[in-house]
Amino acid sequence: MTQEHKKDFDFSKGLQCPMPKLDHDTIQMAHGSGGRLMGELIEQVFVSNFKNEVLDRMEDQARLSFEPGADLVYTTDSFVVDPIFFPGGNIGDLAVHGTVNDVCMSGAKPLFLSAAFILEEGFPIHDLMRVVQAMKLAAESAGVRIVTGDTKVVNKGTCDKVFINTSGIGRLEPDLKLSVSNVQPGDVIILSGTVADHGMAIMTQRENLQFQNEILSDSAALNGLVESMLDVTREIHAMRDPTRGGVATTLNEFATASGVHIQLDDDAIPMRPDVKACCEILGVDPLFVANEGKLIAAVPEAVADRVLEAMRRHPKGKDSAIIGRVRGDRSGLVTSRTILGTERVIDIPMGEILPRIC
Amino acid sequence: MKYIEEFRNPEVAQYLLKKIHATVTKPWNIMEVCGGQTHSIIRHGIDQALPDLVNLVHGPGCPVCVTPLETIDRAIAIAQKPNVILASFGDMLRVPGSQKDLLTVRSEGGQVEMVYSALESLRIARENPDKEVVFLGIGFETTVPGNAMAILQARHEQLTNFSMIVSQVRVPPTMEALLSDPACQVDGFLAAGHVCAVMGYWEYLPIAETYKCPIVPTGFEPLDLLEGIAIMVDLLERGEAKVENQYRRAVKEEGNRKAQETILKVFEPSDQKWRGLGSIPGSGLALKKEFREFDAIHRFDVADIRPDEPDICMSGAILQGRMKPPQCAAFGKECTPMSPLGALMVSAEGACSAYYKNRRV
Repeated sequence: MTQEHKKDFDFSKGLQCPMPKLDHDTIQMAHGSGGRLMGELIEQVFVSNFKNEVLDRMEDQARLSFEPGADLVYTTDSFVVDPIFFPGGNIGDLAVHGTVNDVCMSGAKPLFLSAAFILEEGFPIHDLMRVVQAMKLAAESAGVRIVTGDTKVVNKGTCDKVFINTSGIGRLEPDLKLSVSNVQPGDVIILSGTVADHGMAIMTQRENLQFQNEILSDSAALNGLVESMLDVTREIHAMRDPTRGGVATTLNEFATASGVHIQLDDDAIPMRPDVKACCEILGVDPLFVANEGKLIAAVPEAVADRVLEAMRRHPKGKDSAIIGRVRGDRSGLVTSRTILGTERVIDIPMGEILPRIC
Repeated sequence: MKYIEEFRNPEVAQYLLKKIHATVTKPWNIMEVCGGQTHSIIRHGIDQALPDLVNLVHGPGCPVCVTPLETIDRAIAIAQKPNVILASFGDMLRVPGSQKDLLTVRSEGGQVEMVYSALESLRIARENPDKEVVFLGIGFETTVPGNAMAILQARHEQLTNFSMIVSQVRVPPTMEALLSDPACQVDGFLAAGHVCAVMGYWEYLPIAETYKCPIVPTGFEPLDLLEGIAIMVDLLERGEAKVENQYRRAVKEEGNRKAQETILKVFEPSDQKWRGLGSIPGSGLALKKEFREFDAIHRFDVADIRPDEPDICMSGAILQGRMKPPQCAAFGKECTPMSPLGALMVSAEGACSAYYKNRRV
């Protein structure tokens, strides 16, 4: 066992063998061809980590029991992030968190996930193990089970190391009516923490953008936080996690779908000082940058303070803040009050976020 | 010192605004040179908070916006050649050429790489010895030292597969060209803070004196801009055509000597065409004779390409400060960030994109 392997595998987390005894160090085309080699890979990398009574049956499909009297919530997402290992996480736990969050933003309790992998020929199995381990830990922490999956291998150069698709199922109580089109005039907009952490963590991984303070991604599962909010009120009008496109895009989605005017305060947006400085140096607007462990909620004014208090008591919501309000007019715009007291429009970002040139 | 918070302090902002309101008695046109300053002004609503007597005119300080159309067309022609990797700043990829943009070339199979600096394109050249790597070297004096370093480093490493499309511009001749135009209505300039961090402001002293025009090197935070405008209004009201430095924490009169020496090692003043403004003598920085081997235009023989500019694009008038973006008939209609007619709607520092993103006029 080399020193390098010892650093990555924590025996206290109950793993039986840190690195499976496979014949190869890297993914071969044969690992995707359905034969003995593929069977070994699936057993020793995936099943050994994602163990549960559904998956262990090794059927082609997961057979699930579902309590009657509730709605089913179903979502899917694919993950192609580069680099696959970044400060604060990797593509694996990002995939689990992302799908858990997409399910619970409706108010549903996430239950089951699928995980399908497209692997590039030559991808080190050691790296795949790190990714899969992270998924196992993320799923356990979020209280969900990975119950079905798939593995494909493609020629070198036709995909970038590993692509992951996850889908998720959750159970939604019928009284919950959260919707992007349900935001009302008078609602309060609450953000569960600091913005732009994830996007800047990824951007600074480019070789000549590394800063002295390592910026960490905020990748996290939010279902526990959502439960603490629902314990206070079932009357949350809308909730979404501001991933690609940032807070600006999500709020525009609310404003357009609900036909309301959302007004923010430039001063009220919570930000870590290192992320703020990084955004400024690179000339990037933090409202356009991806977050992977935050949610935005539109809640009635009457319950806003109690919801905020409950969020701040939860570890994933300790920096929660009211960032704006829904005004009475029906302009469908998102605006922000500047430090001079003037108002600017917050538009959806055009496309890729690019740093300043000079 | 926490620069971001301190230079966005709302109370100090109000104090500076009150000062400007109290000082101004006549109408003044003040041009902020740099596109980054334009964006900060529009984003924070500084133009809306100023008294009506102070009119901010947006200048041509956006290196992407003023890159000549034929340079884009030549870059596209080079990028479409086999075995060439074209490396460029991100914004340049979206600027429309006569037929298409560089992003389209990439989607059609051309090798176009986005880089964050000139030195990054050297790495691409080292890693791809069997390919020709061409860097689209645009920029004002702020970016020129980096471009110069890339050339010097390429020579030092004897890289034979690296060259540059040089399209670099200098501020002082441009200011003079604007001031010499009888139609010029600009009373004073807020000089570009980062250009001045490199070049200092010694070049502006004779310009201020000759044209009786105050010049204030200014930063980019809201308080920088407000303080710069306050200084400028004060100078204008008192009829003092001086150069006074607002951006003291970054700019010295002599500038960054080392950076200036590096520029002069590799580049020399040349005549340069500005998109929308025409040719301004001495306003460019071209490769010196001894570095001509790094000139991509000659290496790839694309000097003969002639451009085809859409008529309704008003970039020229906007860059000269004669028009504001919402006054252009195509603004927000035929011309949007999704379907830009000119560079000003594409670039992060373009006036048109600043208005489109932050205002609904």
